[in-house]
Amino acid sequence: MSIKLGVPSKGRLMEKTFDWFGARGIGLARSGSEREYSGEVTGVEGVELVLLSAGEIPRELAAGRIHLGVTGTDLVQEKLVQWDQKVAPLAELGFGHADLIVAVPSCWVDVNTLDDLDAAAAAFRARHGFRMRIATKYHRLVRAYLHEGGVSDYQLVDSQGATEGTVKNLTAEAIADITSSGETLRANHLKILAEEPVLRSQATLFKSRVAPLEEGERETMRLLQDRLGL
Amino acid sequence: MSLAAIKEKAATLKAGFIESGAEPVDCPVLLPADTLLDLYGEDIRTRAFLTHDPVRGEVILRPDFTVPVVQKHMAEGAEPARYTYAGEIFRRQEEHPERPSEYHQVGYEVFDRADPAGADAEVFARFSEALASYGLRAVVGDIGILIAAVEGLETSEARKAALMRHIWRPRRFRALLDRYAGRAPVPSSRTALLASPDPLSLAGPMIGLRGTAEIAARVDALRADAQDPVLPGDQVDLLEALVKVSETCGNALEQLRDIAVDMPAIAGAVDRMAARCVALAARGIDVTSLMFDANFGRTSMEYYDGFVFGFSARGRPDWPLVASGGRYDALTRQLGQGREIPAVGGVIRPGLLVDLEEAA
Repeated sequence: MSIKLGVPSKGRLMEKTFDWFGARGIGLARSGSEREYSGEVTGVEGVELVLLSAGEIPRELAAGRIHLGVTGTDLVQEKLVQWDQKVAPLAELGFGHADLIVAVPSCWVDVNTLDDLDAAAAAFRARHGFRMRIATKYHRLVRAYLHEGGVSDYQLVDSQGATEGTVKNLTAEAIADITSSGETLRANHLKILAEEPVLRSQATLFKSRVAPLEEGERETMRLLQDRLGL
Repeated sequence: MSLAAIKEKAATLKAGFIESGAEPVDCPVLLPADTLLDLYGEDIRTRAFLTHDPVRGEVILRPDFTVPVVQKHMAEGAEPARYTYAGEIFRRQEEHPERPSEYHQVGYEVFDRADPAGADAEVFARFSEALASYGLRAVVGDIGILIAAVEGLETSEARKAALMRHIWRPRRFRALLDRYAGRAPVPSSRTALLASPDPLSLAGPMIGLRGTAEIAARVDALRADAQDPVLPGDQVDLLEALVKVSETCGNALEQLRDIAVDMPAIAGAVDRMAARCVALAARGIDVTSLMFDANFGRTSMEYYDGFVFGFSARGRPDWPLVASGGRYDALTRQLGQGREIPAVGGVIRPGLLVDLEEAA
């Protein structure tokens, strides 16, 4: 049997992951055609490459169907309840940086902190008769963050894409989303709250805490971690 | 632990409450979500199961009985009223996956205007009696004293309203207090905003539903707040001393009376607590050994605004409370659309009692 390593199946995240492993003497490559989602591993015996969508990797790790996986911290923490009992971060890979942040319209000159957001939300609810809407796809993380920050009188509305446009379209008053440079936010007349972000995310190699390892696989895992300098 | 044993335990407890004069009530399992969302906000989603009905919109699996029982009483109940119920409730357990997400509750609720201290004591005594054989540890508290203390602070109505809004979020409450007392630095963004003669001129394009008038109104409110004198430090100290009171009822009353000398606003609330102690003693409760904790009920039990109580299992710090309850006058005001009725009640978890019996 072999150890299964889950890697994002496309784009820069896949290429950079291949580079990271390559620099440590482990060759990862897609096998066959561009469209085929299978791969091969060189430089170490007994490791199988599984190409998956980055969003599915947390679930596969938590289910124990893969032993190792590369994905963003944001996805792991959003999708897995008590994530730290299901997976263990082994290494931050130094790319795929993105912060999950809360942003409000730049014209809200009176709102810069969570304290301000809470006060504005209370006044908004009194005036409009409904709770201030914050558009996001990271429901659990944002809810926990706002709870910690003592913000109430808001509601989360689901937005799976083009979240920055929701304010202008009057379907939300504020947003919580992943940003790397902030340019899209500025273009949409939004500003980031002057607070610690909800989460600082980057591509990370996780190990499943639940995937069973047989004797031979245990040895392979030791060898692989050794080669990766972990 | 079998479901049959839990249901039998629940039925026995409910029968006991009926015998002492409560009317049995039942509530649907699937409730409209809007009332609970209005009350608890987005946080309810982390604690309850919400789902969507194509006709009724968002619905919620009953997370407790109190809200539907209050609604039922406000709609059709005669006064005074005593109710009991038993049934399953449903809670998400993201923080504690080892705890059940579906469990039974048996409740007893009193809606009575006549004698609040007497009603508080009645509910506590009924619970104390029903739970007598389990060796539980009881603790009582009183959110009303803290509310009175906030109302009596020497500060603006706006600041008091902000503190009242966060009375059930101790950390946020504390942060506001520190800021009003000048003990926490003003954020630089706030200083810059207040220094600007016309901050809205820098706003750029106006987008979103929150309009210029609303933003200007808050800027005005912040300017007014900046003019408010600093909340005197000794008042913050008194408030801190108050929430730290954790003693047997008799000693706690003495400490609170000492605090009331410098904080006369709480005198009435302390008198009410004293009257409750007398009423408890009249019902046979040993008040000299009953623990009082001024901070009790400030986190999870958001609708309690007066007397609060809980019973916990000794030697099981990992367990939730076996029984808990309190007074929730403000909830009836919020749900009553202009009407209100003083109300106090609580719930017991029969499943935990069965666990205790089996462990014995």
